[in-house]
Amino acid sequence: MIPRHLLIGVVVLLVIVLSMGVYLRDVSRAATERQRLAEDNRPVMPPASGPTETVTLFIADDTIGALRSQPAQIPLPEGRQQRAEELLRALLQIYTRPDSPHRLAPAADLRSVYLVDPGDAVVDMNAAFADQHRSGILTEQLTVNSVVQTLAFNVPGINRVRILVEGDTRETLAGHADLTQFFDVNAVTQASTQAAP
Amino acid sequence: MPSATPNTKSSLTVALALLLLAGAPSGEQKKISIYSSVATYNLPVVDRAGHEYVGLLEILEPLGRVSATAAGRRWSLRYNNADCEFVSGKTRGKIRGRDFELPAPFLVENSRGLVPLSSLSTLLPRFLGNSVTFHEAARRLFIGDVAIQVSAQFDVANPPRLVLTFTAPVNPTIATEPGKLKMVFSREPIVLPGNESLSFSNTVITQASFSESNGAAELSIAATAPLMARFSDNGRTITVAAASSGELPSVPSPPEVPAVSGQPVPPPGNPAPAPPPGHPLVIVDPAHGGGERGAALSDTLPEKAVNLGFARLLRAELQGRGFSVLLLREDDETVTLDQRAGIANAAHAAVYISLHADSQGGGVRVCTAMLPPDSSAKGPFRSWNTAQASALPVSQSVASAVLSALQKHQIPARGYSASLRPLNNLLIPAIAVELAPGPNGVSDLASANYQQKAAAAIADGVSSLRDRFGVQP
Repeated sequence: MIPRHLLIGVVVLLVIVLSMGVYLRDVSRAATERQRLAEDNRPVMPPASGPTETVTLFIADDTIGALRSQPAQIPLPEGRQQRAEELLRALLQIYTRPDSPHRLAPAADLRSVYLVDPGDAVVDMNAAFADQHRSGILTEQLTVNSVVQTLAFNVPGINRVRILVEGDTRETLAGHADLTQFFDVNAVTQASTQAAP
Repeated sequence: MPSATPNTKSSLTVALALLLLAGAPSGEQKKISIYSSVATYNLPVVDRAGHEYVGLLEILEPLGRVSATAAGRRWSLRYNNADCEFVSGKTRGKIRGRDFELPAPFLVENSRGLVPLSSLSTLLPRFLGNSVTFHEAARRLFIGDVAIQVSAQFDVANPPRLVLTFTAPVNPTIATEPGKLKMVFSREPIVLPGNESLSFSNTVITQASFSESNGAAELSIAATAPLMARFSDNGRTITVAAASSGELPSVPSPPEVPAVSGQPVPPPGNPAPAPPPGHPLVIVDPAHGGGERGAALSDTLPEKAVNLGFARLLRAELQGRGFSVLLLREDDETVTLDQRAGIANAAHAAVYISLHADSQGGGVRVCTAMLPPDSSAKGPFRSWNTAQASALPVSQSVASAVLSALQKHQIPARGYSASLRPLNNLLIPAIAVELAPGPNGVSDLASANYQQKAAAAIADGVSSLRDRFGVQP
């Protein structure tokens, strides 16, 4: 026969162990969530306001290995620079969706676009855009071509596009596409036309 | 609080210094050099339980078609038509269905099968059917009759000269230090038929000695005056003599025509050797390497490894079609993009082919440089970033020929242009080839059969322009 006080002691210990288990699980979940939020460094941008306009986005499609043009209705502000930024945000929104034809990291985002006359556009992306980009000549080139063509088609007067990451020059996007130089719009357009299936 | 006495302090300092010395890196990494008629390469050697080990797949990979699978502790390999199976931790395995006893247990680490170095002289002939000579202490392995013999002749002229004659062209690294000139042969299968040391009754050049260690051979010439080495006879003869006044002892220029097969990679900045007449040079560049892994094609397969294996197969295919081939990296080493471009430009090769791999999509992609439409040089100088402009039309012809050949071999292929270095920096026709998965998915990227098929098609494509390159059939 087990003594009564021993039985009570064991039950109390079991309750304490179970409570600790539940507490540890909650703490672990909270830590994971905090880490996830910390890694998601997307800036919180206010939605652009104003009348919507029809624009043409050049979407990279991994299944065909080429760009396809797609009309989209997005609100566009007045200034050229703000329009360029909204265009690229609309593009990135497509790429960060789970069902995207050319997936980029969910945290990939645009920091700014600077338009420098005559005809230069400097696109500043965040670190997640490049750090978590898939590596490969074609996949990286499709991203570059998509950014360059979408900008050049919808913002008149852009002849060359440079891509920076967190305000700095990055050697390559993910090991292949050379980001140290300006991309010539005509060369990219010609290449995309030739590559179309 | 008690303060430390000077004695205690010095003891602590000594102890700390000893600890730091013990923790310091043990120096040069152990490696084995393998010389064969197909390729010359070196591989890292690891120490396990008092034995030296090397990867079996890595040894056989440059020599033929090879694939390996690891299932638990069992590790099997297929080399051409020979199968073998080993079990991790066991010494007994099977090669071509017959038992084989290793001198130390077989090991499997990260799916790599490791065999003891001391087994190579008996193990490799079972696969290769060739004689194998292994200088185990120096870790130099000779497959077949590939050794380059060296003979020395002393000429008591004024100034006195030591004439070293080799049975094949050589391109050693030469260094001078007070009283000595050293030639290190890291890629040539140099052997000395006679004595390892020769003494001369001369007041200037006193001794020549031969030694070998850690996968390299070294010829050291002792002298009382600064020495100078000169190459002649297409790299088959090196004449060592005292430097005349005003002439600095220095590293000489590489020979004009060195080895054809398995050519050594020239040091960055030095020109690559000229190919023999009628055998135009193709530069095959396995992209990435060393700390730069490239794309992660699977959890265990980095792009750099696929590129190197693919490059070796392509080299064999091109050599079989009459081309000389220079691989820009033979091992898992870091070569910068500027170094790759520098070597390729200096070599005046007929074609440059950069090899890549991607786990997305399928088939093979061939790309040329993407340049602004008006990139041609407007003066005597060419821009580094658009150096490819003048060669781009020929590069596009090469790409078209390779695409046609791939399609003829029923490999899905497509062409495009990309902003990819070092293509933009090359003065010679240049293409990049990206190997994507075949019908069996990503596993095809590591498959010797799939790579072989693609390599044969690419070589056919390049070869179809043989008239332009002047290849002797």
